[in-house]
Amino acid sequence: MSENILEVRDLVKHYPVTQGVVFKKTVGQVKAVDGVSFDLRAGETLGVVGESGCGKSTLARVLMNLEKPTEGSVLYKGQDISKLSGGALRRLRRQIQLVMQDPYTSLNPRMTVGDLLGEPFEIHPEVAPKGSRRAKVRELLDLVGLNPEHINRYPHQFSGGQRQRIGIARALALRPEIIVCDEPVSALDVSIQAQVMNLLEQLQGEFGLSYVFIAHDLSVVRHLSDRVAVMYLGKIVEIGTEDEIYERPTHPYTQALLSAVPVPDPTQRHNKTIIRLTGDVPSPISPPSGCRFRTRCWKAQDVCAEQVPLLETRSGSDHPSACHFAEKREIVATHEV
Amino acid sequence: MSDILVSEQSAPGSGGSGRPSGRLLEVDDLRVEFRTRDGVAKVINGVTYHVDAGETLAVLGESGSGKSVTAQTIMGILDTPPGFVTGGQVRFHGKDMLRMSDEERRRIRGEGIAMIFQDALSALNPVFTVGFQIAEQFRVRRGMGRAEAKKRAIDMLDQVKIPNAKGRFNNYPHQFSGGMRQRAMIAMSLALDPEVLIADEPTTALDVTVQAQIMDLLAELQRERQMGMILITHDLGVVADVADRIAVMYAGRIVEEADVYDLYAKPAHPYTMGLIDSIPRMDEKGQQLRTIKGLPPNLMNIPPGCPFNPRCPMAQPVCREKVPPLLQVGNARASACHFAEELVNRV
Repeated sequence: MSENILEVRDLVKHYPVTQGVVFKKTVGQVKAVDGVSFDLRAGETLGVVGESGCGKSTLARVLMNLEKPTEGSVLYKGQDISKLSGGALRRLRRQIQLVMQDPYTSLNPRMTVGDLLGEPFEIHPEVAPKGSRRAKVRELLDLVGLNPEHINRYPHQFSGGQRQRIGIARALALRPEIIVCDEPVSALDVSIQAQVMNLLEQLQGEFGLSYVFIAHDLSVVRHLSDRVAVMYLGKIVEIGTEDEIYERPTHPYTQALLSAVPVPDPTQRHNKTIIRLTGDVPSPISPPSGCRFRTRCWKAQDVCAEQVPLLETRSGSDHPSACHFAEKREIVATHEV
Repeated sequence: MSDILVSEQSAPGSGGSGRPSGRLLEVDDLRVEFRTRDGVAKVINGVTYHVDAGETLAVLGESGSGKSVTAQTIMGILDTPPGFVTGGQVRFHGKDMLRMSDEERRRIRGEGIAMIFQDALSALNPVFTVGFQIAEQFRVRRGMGRAEAKKRAIDMLDQVKIPNAKGRFNNYPHQFSGGMRQRAMIAMSLALDPEVLIADEPTTALDVTVQAQIMDLLAELQRERQMGMILITHDLGVVADVADRIAVMYAGRIVEEADVYDLYAKPAHPYTMGLIDSIPRMDEKGQQLRTIKGLPPNLMNIPPGCPFNPRCPMAQPVCREKVPPLLQVGNARASACHFAEELVNRV
């Protein structure tokens, strides 16, 4: 087993809900991320899936040290990143980069591609001395499959897929070890999405990158990930290898989620069962007691309201799941191709 | 099903054939362009499709393929300017809607053809209650009194399975969750019992578990009411679950039309083939994603010949010269590719 490059321990991020204009008082907490632990190994892709509001983007922001955690820690090679400052923090930032969802708003429209990709080198001049920057930028463009001649173009002159490539090139500029991808392909059309996914895979092989790949599309996540974490209301409910999660899911939420994914094969339409969840996701301001999924779970018992189920490997399973009644169930009929 | 309408896409401005066919809704050689300051974008270049009672036609395409503009033209909600219809017909029960008076078209909207949109929050009026917006139709269009209209509206909310419909009647759209809003919009569109429902990306903004609920609901309501449904989407997964027939659009044209099973089993157009090969599948392990190289064309400057030719792995010189018409190929399917026969007959 390769070494852990990132260790996340009991991470909590709460946002205060305030009332009043002049005399603000805190009336509650949005528990966006509420006790999340996982490891990221060198060279692997960890997929994080979950529906809107489950805290996956907040997790990305804390991993990037854009937000300080309320509690818990993110350790990069043993160093707690939220305790770093000054030069040490700047050195760390080189190593963890972010690719964002929306290639339309994440690029400054007034900067040329050359400026956009050159900017990281201005902040970290040790990576590329001034004279060599244009050449570096051309190299980056070529690397992500864009024409190096287009170095003087502006973002609006590129299509969505090309802009996402610019976003990836920018994340790569400083040769990081970890790239956090927050829904990097969900704004793209299918034919373009595949191009960008293949690019991400190719770059990983070339530079030995580790990815935290956050997405809501379970098919995309399966395709790219080595291990997968499933989140619900700020907690990881199940984590395991790609096979463990997709072929042997044990948490009812994972099972329901997988069963709802439409499979692009009309011959399957009559021989699959969708597990229907009732109701909506509860508010993260006052999540249910005990297990957070119990209000929508068909297995819920009294114990689920009283005891928070721990994320641990239970008997009869081979990977951690946060359910008192974790039980293997085949949902996706997988075949090798 | 040997009656797929075949259009000569290469003959511009033919204005539709105009022959009556007993179809519920048919789009015949429709052409739409957008006149902008930067030039004329040819958004729809001869689209022909139809939908009958009780069937679901999925219109599949990527952004800019013209699938939504076709729907807007059918509904008569195309923004003019910049959008102009330059040719073709949209016939409802054999009558060309593009040549009707505004009064006649208004009567069809809602009662004949209704539409639901991707973003329910912006499709619903934020300053009126959900119940009021549904009841309004019964009052204005059916001349009902307040109390009766309210009763019917609550009944509609019930039918789309909004829990506690009575209590929810007086809620505003922002008090609904995303899935509930979509249900409310479905209730509103079905209030006047339309014969055709156009659903434009109805689940794209929703989470996957909610998406499954909404698609179920739509399929159930369609079955009960024997509506014709046009499902506009880019999602090959959703289409595989619900469609009877599929029309694939590219650069403002239908490039392939087929029964859903045929289309997935053996696509008859290289673009469809490329699309199917480029989606990651959750039920496959070790899958290699093939991609379609390049980008969709700029609609102000569509390449001569087949619009897909610059991206097509099979392109030959003829593809750069002649626009392939949408022709019947094999049984009950049509493809706009010069090599469609070869594609269908391959083993």
